[in-house]
Amino acid sequence: MFDMFPPDRSQYPAAKPDGTLDIDLTSGKYLKLWQGPNHPGITGNMSVELTVCGDEVVEGKTHVGYLHRGFEKLMERRTFIQVFPIVCRVCVPEPDFNEYCYAACVEELAGIEVPEMAKWIRTLILEMGRINSYMMYLGGQAGALGQGVIGQWTTYVRDLMLDRFEELTGARIYHMFILPGGVRDTLPDGFAGRMEETLREVEKTLKDVYDVMFCNAVFKKRTVGMGVIDPSWLEPYGVTGPNARAAGVAKDVRKDAPYLVYDRLDFEPVTGTNSDIYTRADVRRRDVWVSVDLIRQILAKMPKTGPVMAPIPNVLHWKIPRGETYVRGECSRGEYGYYLVTDGSGTPRRINVRGPSYTHAMALLERMIVGCNISDVAALMVSLHTYPPEIER
Amino acid sequence: MAMKELYARLKALYPLGELTDQRRDLAFVTLPAAHLRDTILHLRDKEGFTHLVLLTAVDWLEEGQFQLTYLLNNRQRACDLGLRVMISRDAATMEGIHDIWPTAATYQRELREMFGIDFPGSPRIEEEFILEGWNDIPPYRRDFDTLKYAQEAYAERPGRVTHDPETHMRLQMYPGQHPAGK
Repeated sequence: MFDMFPPDRSQYPAAKPDGTLDIDLTSGKYLKLWQGPNHPGITGNMSVELTVCGDEVVEGKTHVGYLHRGFEKLMERRTFIQVFPIVCRVCVPEPDFNEYCYAACVEELAGIEVPEMAKWIRTLILEMGRINSYMMYLGGQAGALGQGVIGQWTTYVRDLMLDRFEELTGARIYHMFILPGGVRDTLPDGFAGRMEETLREVEKTLKDVYDVMFCNAVFKKRTVGMGVIDPSWLEPYGVTGPNARAAGVAKDVRKDAPYLVYDRLDFEPVTGTNSDIYTRADVRRRDVWVSVDLIRQILAKMPKTGPVMAPIPNVLHWKIPRGETYVRGECSRGEYGYYLVTDGSGTPRRINVRGPSYTHAMALLERMIVGCNISDVAALMVSLHTYPPEIER
Repeated sequence: MAMKELYARLKALYPLGELTDQRRDLAFVTLPAAHLRDTILHLRDKEGFTHLVLLTAVDWLEEGQFQLTYLLNNRQRACDLGLRVMISRDAATMEGIHDIWPTAATYQRELREMFGIDFPGSPRIEEEFILEGWNDIPPYRRDFDTLKYAQEAYAERPGRVTHDPETHMRLQMYPGQHPAGK
């Protein structure tokens, strides 16, 4: 399956002893082409420096830094609670994983036990965020291949989910609802009913998306067999999440190392076999169905009453003993984690955000882009589902 | 996997420091820089730690050292092992592991730019990663003062007031109390 479109290496530049390509731009055979940072076919604020021979890419370099605000450094100057407004901004479409991973790190090092009810609500929020993120992805993947209407449909259901976020947390994008110790509040009255209405709209839209996007001949023609991630690359390139699952490896932190209440929910990680752009899109589409089912399970099984917040120290004088930990979760793009080091003071010594885009958009993309046609670069890049702020933080 | 059993096996081969058992599935161990590659290769090839989760640095300015953390994951046994390597801040150089995990080259580029830790031979290590035209000390070092840099590099917006959080919150919560009162 991996030699469906074998690249024509005859036009390629020779490699130097150090492994880099010997590209002579003055020969007129090669051309430097920048895709991004302002380009319709780019995922977020990053750019790819392409070297092309005809319309075939012979080398690609990812450039990031357009969004760099030094989040990790800023966190070191703030108290543990003041870090909160920063963490969620590391990832706009799915900010809740930052809140959860950071809160779980702080709780672990400070010895705080989260109430049962809070664990269920956290799981609910993470699954709601996952649907939102996938909806953005499906619109982007279709848009990269010229199907603008899919983005309008998925934005519609994403907006409905944002309404649920708004009534639950008071905010649409940056929720800041998961705090160290628990969550801010319980579910509002009638939330389950309104969520069910939203989930039905999600399902209805998913069926339409399947008919119009996944059964579309042009979409299939341009994605089946394109942008293949060889399963042997998964470990060397740190590939996780749907990108790995589409290659047949059921990597899913929710199953591999269950956190929150995932061990009490019934689900199976979605996998594929062909590892091309189409399969990755299909894995994500089917993963939305899993999340819809998980939300229904959570709302049915979660306790109806109980505390949502554990007692925490005075946040203005909160000091955490020296220690270090790492907490991970499975976000819509793969393994998301926070590495927190404390030194006994009132501020973190070091926070490192491990976003899946860090490996997917840099080393993996640069490897995959070689041999790709210029017109397929956008689809390939979107298919890895990357968010640049996770890379530059 | 019992981390202690793994530690005992490793300890027989390499001069490891004390094991820090953080969780049932997460532990950290310190080892000398010279033995890092061998240990990593052993863990990857013999113990199933095939996934490099992250590579980052912690600046222990007061102790004059950088801590490099290599976090490795064994998916089959659902456990993580963090390898800590302490290197001197004054001669911040470390051997790269980009030939073991190609993706490590990105981490090493970032560490060179943000902490000034060099990894000789790492691909494109000289290229700018995030910062463009940076000529100050590496910004993620603890002795880089972000506030001072911001005050010097950017103009103050008129009419903006910044409160000390502790004083401000005390006044909000206890309006009658003097700000300095404890």
